[in-house]
Amino acid sequence: MAPTIPVKDPELGYGGGGAHPPITDGGGDGGERDNGSPDYGGRLRRTRLGLLIGLASITMVFVALTSAYVVRRGLPSLDEKTSTYVRDWIPVNLPTGLLLVNTFLLLLSSVTAELARRQVARQAALAPVQSIPGVSIGPEGRFPWLGITIVLGLGFLAGQWMAWQSLGDRGFYVATNPSSSFVYLLTAAHAVHLMGGILALLYAGMTSLLKRPIEARRIVVDIAVWYWHFMALLWIYIFVLLEFMR
Amino acid sequence: MATTATVHAHAAPQGFIRKYIFSLDHKVIGLQYYFLALVAVFVGMALSLLMRIHMIWPTAVLPLLGDIKPETYLQLMTMHGTIMVFFVLTTAPQSGFGNYFLPIQIGAPDMAFPVLNMLSFWTTFVAFVVMLAAFFMVGGAPLHGWTGYAPLSALTNSGPGEQLGADLWITSIAIFCIASLMGALNFITTLLDLRAKGMTMFRMPLTCWAWFITAILGLLAFGVLLSAGILLLLDRNLGTSFYVPLVVVNGQVMAHKGGSPLLWQHLFWFFGHPEVYIAILPGMGVASQVISTFSRKPIFGYKAMVYAIMAIGFLGFMVWGHHMFMSGMSPYSAFAFSIMTMAIGVPSAIKTFNWLGTMWGGRIRLQTPMLYAIGFVSLFVSGGLSGPFLAQPVLDIPLHDTAFVPAHFHLIMGVAAIFGIFAGTAYWFPKMFGRMMNETLGKIHFFITLAGTYAIFMPMHYLGLAGQPRRYSQFTEVAYLHHLIPLNTFITYAAFVTVAAQLIFVINFFWSMFKGPKASDNPWEATTLEWTTATPPPHDNFGGHTPVVYHGPYEYSVPGAAKDYIMQNDPVGVPAH
Repeated sequence: MAPTIPVKDPELGYGGGGAHPPITDGGGDGGERDNGSPDYGGRLRRTRLGLLIGLASITMVFVALTSAYVVRRGLPSLDEKTSTYVRDWIPVNLPTGLLLVNTFLLLLSSVTAELARRQVARQAALAPVQSIPGVSIGPEGRFPWLGITIVLGLGFLAGQWMAWQSLGDRGFYVATNPSSSFVYLLTAAHAVHLMGGILALLYAGMTSLLKRPIEARRIVVDIAVWYWHFMALLWIYIFVLLEFMR
Repeated sequence: MATTATVHAHAAPQGFIRKYIFSLDHKVIGLQYYFLALVAVFVGMALSLLMRIHMIWPTAVLPLLGDIKPETYLQLMTMHGTIMVFFVLTTAPQSGFGNYFLPIQIGAPDMAFPVLNMLSFWTTFVAFVVMLAAFFMVGGAPLHGWTGYAPLSALTNSGPGEQLGADLWITSIAIFCIASLMGALNFITTLLDLRAKGMTMFRMPLTCWAWFITAILGLLAFGVLLSAGILLLLDRNLGTSFYVPLVVVNGQVMAHKGGSPLLWQHLFWFFGHPEVYIAILPGMGVASQVISTFSRKPIFGYKAMVYAIMAIGFLGFMVWGHHMFMSGMSPYSAFAFSIMTMAIGVPSAIKTFNWLGTMWGGRIRLQTPMLYAIGFVSLFVSGGLSGPFLAQPVLDIPLHDTAFVPAHFHLIMGVAAIFGIFAGTAYWFPKMFGRMMNETLGKIHFFITLAGTYAIFMPMHYLGLAGQPRRYSQFTEVAYLHHLIPLNTFITYAAFVTVAAQLIFVINFFWSMFKGPKASDNPWEATTLEWTTATPPPHDNFGGHTPVVYHGPYEYSVPGAAKDYIMQNDPVGVPAH
């Protein structure tokens, strides 16, 4: 084959007609190396990318809710007695103390989740070494960080439930006034997504019981924990919005 | 949570359930979406025929249905729009063809997350069942239009069908949002991470670019619709007042106050405008693919086409207010939305001229896929030309809520996207089913459908200009519209003929699937990777060999090449000359 000169004929579109050496772009190998063994590094990267994209869609949900919140807060409504437009936004008396405790629980759970993530990453990295007789990871490799995270997460949800009770005691129910509607809406939307996160963490915990390979377990835990961190950040955002834009 | 189960070359599923029902194979899932859309389109067409019958024979008594009351007309209209937009136009071009051919065209063995893919389809299926269930509830289907404007949609006593029917409608759409978000996630990850060696972004076929940008639009838009729907459910069922101001219904003051119907409009149309681009962009990708193949010429201005798709997607998020010119918005806002709307005509025009430029001087093969693709361009231009009229707030004042608006969007979105689906079907049928569709039936179907849809929707522009309102169930009692009854009658008869002609397509489709002449692996002599596989493609698409890509996607009529096309994975280039 005579060497080709890539003639860039403008009619031929990008790339021309000459044979170019294959560019090693794209990650496509179907999650497997050519020898058939699973490519966990590639799968981890792919799943993290998928999570990032999924988090974009969840962000858009809360962008829409925030937009509705800001609009509604500034909207005047007709006061039938005086026939004038007045702002009817009554700031909610939030149980701030309780919410701060919940926030602390969630942030603490983020810390324990991160420790769980690094723990399983270390286990996955050391997996090839485990087959050497006499080598073990040691007791710190078995500390139940994941379990603690789940407990703290459930504690957060219980605390949110108590916060709603407290709001009810102060006379703010879902349909009482627009600001209370948004408080329940935003916190409930977050709680629903957090519940999904707890289910993901439970599944991650289950994978160890199901004896899946450590590298596969590592991916599940990694994704669940990054999702968990996002939920913590989202909560901070919602809390700040409700507190400072009452 | 998505698992990282991938497709192994040896692990083709056994058993009917795993192979055809809960399949993880993107090809099966693509066909499942396609057939869901096929069922949905016939439901939607039946609803539209009932609407057209009622418009010219308002007192007619139909078998099984009895007479159509005005509120029934509104229910038919609502479900026609909803089913067509969501379960046909958002499903078949993107989830149907995209699922089937995106992985193959980029050289991947499957989507990034096959389990998530399977869940996306079945979630969509559940959404469709819930939507159809609304017909069977007490009161029937909702009557608030596919746009679901509050406060009509936010109050349970605002009309028949607005109780459980409307709740099911909102729930169905919410389920559909979640399914679409899962699908969009899969498409984007697959496209970014699973391209074969040598398949750079700028060597991807334009179909892949279209599916990519459409998935990004869906990712960012469906979350907003989901939020809007949740707020609507809360207003209806928990007594909140997000959308409902102080209102009186049938003499009774409702327990809402302070809400804003405009909030619904903003949230809905922030989703709604990207949604129409989601409906049309995959069809544009198919048109580019087919026009290039059947002109034996590279697509004119590939890079411009890519940037135009991106520009359409980006600008699509900035124009939602042009659906709200009559809502009382500030003229300055209207001006801004108007300018952006006209701006979006520029990339659309670039694409149109590039399709024409591709055909110019080409050795055109007028087979059925090409006819449908040219039909797509024709309908896109016809429907698109009425857009700049509606984009002027001053012109929108007399035209809003007249028949001019459905004329515009049916041509540019409804029919054009359907022709994109027809083109994709005719083009890819040999690869999916291993047999050729019948050319004669295809040509007959094409000509009748093209003529029929023009006959239906072109006169509708005149009706709108003459002042015929849309979403009105009856005109026969109105004096100033009497002279339009003959034209309305003509449109109804044209609709009958056009819908009947779709049976030709269905017959061609299913007969050819079993009895059509066997197809070779590359009957159209096309260049992209799906034509390198066996027919139909095996479970992992490429039979264990990962393709390596050496060329761009449209290497037709390359000077000095042995044949008039060079496949993307052909390592032999053009000899030096």
